[in-house]
Amino acid sequence: MTAVQAVRTKSRPPVRSVVGRYPVLVALIIGALFMVLPFLIVTVNAVKSPAEYSANGPLSLPEGVYLDGLKDFWERVDFGQKLVNSVLISGSVALLAVVLSVLNAYAIGVGRIKGRTWVLAFFVLANMLPQEALVYPVYYLSKEAGLYDTRLSVIIVFTVIQAAFGTYLLSAVLGQFPREIIEAAKIDGANKWQVLWRIVVPVSRPTIGVLLVFFFIWTWNEFLLPLVMLISNDNQTVSVALGVLQGQRLMDATMTNAAALLGVLPAIVFFLVFQRTLTRGIAVGAVK
Amino acid sequence: MTVTVERGARGGRVTEKHQHAKGPRRPRDSYTLFLLPGILAFFAIIIVPFLMNTGVSFTEWQGVGTPKWAGLANYRELMGDSEFWASFRHSLFMVVAMAAVPTVMGLVLAAALFDFVGKHFGTKTVAVLRACFYLPQVLPIAVAGIVWSWILAPENGSLNELLKAIGLGGLQQDWLGDPDIALYSVMGVMVWVQIGFPLVIFMAGLQRVDPQLYEAAELDGAGWWRRFWHVTLPQIRPEIHVVLLWCTIAALKVFGAVYVLTKGGPGGATNVPSYFSFTTFFEKTQVGYGAAISTVLTVVILVLALIGLKLQTRAEDAEEGLRT
Repeated sequence: MTAVQAVRTKSRPPVRSVVGRYPVLVALIIGALFMVLPFLIVTVNAVKSPAEYSANGPLSLPEGVYLDGLKDFWERVDFGQKLVNSVLISGSVALLAVVLSVLNAYAIGVGRIKGRTWVLAFFVLANMLPQEALVYPVYYLSKEAGLYDTRLSVIIVFTVIQAAFGTYLLSAVLGQFPREIIEAAKIDGANKWQVLWRIVVPVSRPTIGVLLVFFFIWTWNEFLLPLVMLISNDNQTVSVALGVLQGQRLMDATMTNAAALLGVLPAIVFFLVFQRTLTRGIAVGAVK
Repeated sequence: MTVTVERGARGGRVTEKHQHAKGPRRPRDSYTLFLLPGILAFFAIIIVPFLMNTGVSFTEWQGVGTPKWAGLANYRELMGDSEFWASFRHSLFMVVAMAAVPTVMGLVLAAALFDFVGKHFGTKTVAVLRACFYLPQVLPIAVAGIVWSWILAPENGSLNELLKAIGLGGLQQDWLGDPDIALYSVMGVMVWVQIGFPLVIFMAGLQRVDPQLYEAAELDGAGWWRRFWHVTLPQIRPEIHVVLLWCTIAALKVFGAVYVLTKGGPGGATNVPSYFSFTTFFEKTQVGYGAAISTVLTVVILVLALIGLKLQTRAEDAEEGLRT
């Protein structure tokens, strides 16, 4: 404890504080390594040939870069198509859900409509409902409507589910929107629609950006509803295609690694591209 | 940014109350039109299916033909169904793995990153470490399942190979295939998946804490643990509330991981309500029974959510009361 205290007191001799802070740093680095270790093992093994894998096991370093496993897997599951489906579904959901959230939040946060607390509570509870309690009726209704096994059906459902969260978050942000700006625009003759698109939306761009990123990634990662709704190969998302293959246990070790690596890569790309937005967004989301 | 929004959200409540007291100043309902698409979409996609599901839970139905009214028969059957009780028992294990453990670990990690690493090794180091812990959170749960089921494989699995390599070959297990340990293996994977979420939220919360509180505690001679206990914890209580609530709900809903890792097996050892209702719907096509399972799950989640929100508002009101 004294060593730890020494860290806090800047005037102490550095030798003592070193004792306190390095073990903590080392422990944290070991923890962080453990977190990324699975990613490293997968990457290493995805570039091994099956022969090399069976000879040396999963822990050896690869002797060379063998990409045939990845290529085979890509072709076998038509991974390009799955990527297109995932991008199309997640992108549409992100855009549509943001529009829906903005409209809702404008009425609740800026418009302060009557009974807004109840409306908001309604959206929050809708967001908390487990998808299990919707899945069969959604499956049944989409069959009745001829939308079963279409990407559109998944887009519609997730637009609404994501917008529930978006409405909640944006309503809090828009509730704080400076009234003076809106009043000024109204005096200048702007109607509500113009105020929304020319003033409220541009000013709220940071929060809207956070929502776009989150909706995109959340939808990308969704499993249960797409698993039920998208059965044909041409419509499946990356998550579903990989999850189903794994579930059937048809794959050998090299295939599994190729699948894992291809599934991991988009997530890492999102992470690198959106890291700032993600961490900021979580902070925004946390305060409800 | 974080701080502004945060104050904003809190302030919002105060302003609202303020306006209530004054009464409405202008006709407000002209904004209702903007809410129309949202409300309609919600009724069509969430409320109607939800009510249908609840309705179906009182029937016997194979998914085709007309549902046969059965009253409370499904629920009575559930009460005596050991598979159902087991699935909820496993949910409690998931709450431990996805809410309790990540919250405690997240708190300690966040405080350690903030206090030691941030102050002595710079924000860059903190950002890199935080990124490592957060990475699994952006991974689709199905992909996380693939990665781990391969690592935990009984033959040639990385974990078993690793144990052998460091001379602990005796500890090798069929991690996901042994009914006695499969649930704990799944729990371990879920901790790995979940830990980044509380960590990032707590770190954001810590930035909000007034450094003077720490300085005062230090002057009073409080050590690290005492400062953690008496300053950090009370200060980020709102974040702890949110994290516990969200993670508990996520734990009750867990599906993808179980589907990919174990399919509820071996022998139902890792079955959870969500997976149980899924198989009842789509494999056994006992739609009425599946609907009853998911309705019970919904009730449990909503009750928890309401209690959680209630506790949160009460804590915040108490805080506001102290301030004014």
